[in-house]
Amino acid sequence: MLDLVNVKKTFNAKTVNEKIALNDLNLHLNDQDFVTVIGGNGAGKSTMLNAIAGVWPIDQGSIVIDGTDISRLPEHKRAPLLGRVFQDPMTGTAATMQIEENLALAARRGEKRTLKPGITRAERSQYRDQLATLGLGLEDRMTTKVGLLSGGQRQALTLLMATLKKPRLLLLDEHTAALDPRTAEKVLQLSEKIVTENKLMTLMVTHNMRDAIRYGNRLIMMNDGKIILDIADEEKKRLTVEELMEAFFKASGEEFANDRALLS
Amino acid sequence: MNFTALLNAMPGAVAQGLIWGIMAIGVYITYKVLDLADLTVDGSMATGGAVCVMLMLNGVNVWVALLCAVIAGMLAGLLTGVFHTAMGIPPILAGILTQLSLYSINLAIMEFKANQGINVTKYQLIVSQRNVRSAGLSNPIYTALIVLALLIAVLYWFFGTELGSSLRATGANEAMSRAQGINTNLAKILGLMISNGIVALSSAMLSHYQGFVDVNMGRGAIVIGLAAVIISDVLFGKLFRNFALKLIGVAIGAVIYYIVIQIVLWLGLNTNLLKLLSALVVAVFLGIPYWKAKVSAGYKGKGGQEHA
Repeated sequence: MLDLVNVKKTFNAKTVNEKIALNDLNLHLNDQDFVTVIGGNGAGKSTMLNAIAGVWPIDQGSIVIDGTDISRLPEHKRAPLLGRVFQDPMTGTAATMQIEENLALAARRGEKRTLKPGITRAERSQYRDQLATLGLGLEDRMTTKVGLLSGGQRQALTLLMATLKKPRLLLLDEHTAALDPRTAEKVLQLSEKIVTENKLMTLMVTHNMRDAIRYGNRLIMMNDGKIILDIADEEKKRLTVEELMEAFFKASGEEFANDRALLS
Repeated sequence: MNFTALLNAMPGAVAQGLIWGIMAIGVYITYKVLDLADLTVDGSMATGGAVCVMLMLNGVNVWVALLCAVIAGMLAGLLTGVFHTAMGIPPILAGILTQLSLYSINLAIMEFKANQGINVTKYQLIVSQRNVRSAGLSNPIYTALIVLALLIAVLYWFFGTELGSSLRATGANEAMSRAQGINTNLAKILGLMISNGIVALSSAMLSHYQGFVDVNMGRGAIVIGLAAVIISDVLFGKLFRNFALKLIGVAIGAVIYYIVIQIVLWLGLNTNLLKLLSALVVAVFLGIPYWKAKVSAGYKGKGGQEHA
């Protein structure tokens, strides 16, 4: 279970650039909830994910996972609970390290790093099998530097790294936004497969309304640092893009000012 | 010009190059592995020698003195690490602050004298300039090679461990490292400590080699270290992929640097202009990758982003 309680975050407080990014945000996720998150630019979608991950401290409120308040923990101490995939394919992997080295780092998420070997033979064969499930041929390129992979391959690898050690919560932050449509589709399907197989509690930010409707069991819409729409299960299945646009207009009093969302 | 004079100077250049090669490996760890330019080394390159020489002059065993020198270097790295991670000071400035404070500390260690001599006939020195042309095992070149081999073996092992990998990951991608639960601040501090420990070891050996320690002997050390790293990159970058080979390349880079310096001096350059020459050469080689990137970006045209 995840609970965000009255979470507040203001950037550049007391300056002309002051921006209230999260405004008394409240959210409850049940185990196995796969929630898609949509909203305009600056609505607070990525900010919410970063707040959970602990990229910076929040100003007020609390973030609770399974009854433990993690809102005061530094980023690396929250890592054991969280799997993360970022918008920029460069962010989730170490470009100058090999594929298998990246996986070995991820396999030790939340564990004490000792003077034991950084990667073992048993791990290598395990990684080979798991890479094969991606269907990208990466299992034959285990010692290739990740910097040589394409954006889609890197996102698929990051996805595997995020779930190699089963997280309590998977955070997908527009992780297909930088990919071409065909690759994006592949990575999305792979994400769904991994989430379903591992029964992961997931928050997936997307700019694509159709994807937001198609994936997951629940959809939330954000505006001005708040959740303005929360639709689940059967009701979500019947949603259309037009209805979503209308709902956005009603709730926020603004047009859905996001070209990418309209065009895709 | 007397060619024999140059040949006679070569063993000294090689020995000095190998000792500075140890130092350059320290620089490689911060500059290449951790992606931090650490200027602490200009100070710790005198600290190691100061600690080692003063302890030996006070009757401490040579090996204990060497160990203390390494520990002193690690403490210097710790200080820079704390400046950077706990106080948010940019790494270059953090290094400069430590370097400056080390100047006073080094003088204090040396009982407020600018230099302290140590006599090879009275003390057990592990390397000495006096034996640089001897054919026997007392030749400092052999000792330096053994120390380098051991050091590279230990580093090769360490950077293959879980902890060592977390240091490499921190240098490669901090955001990713934190997402994978790595305490990147701790990793940086540890890397700075290891690096400056190695630099202090080199410093102690250099003071043995020349028979004295001088408070200014570390001035410009970072530039020599970078020169060795860059020479190795240019000459062996394509050839040496393996981490151990890369470290060997850095040591060779330092030797080449000292041979070139020796040749330049033999050609008649004023010794006082050496540092100017070193700085310019390093600046040019640091600029090459930037120019290369600019040229290749131009060929691809605007928006030449690579996406497969």
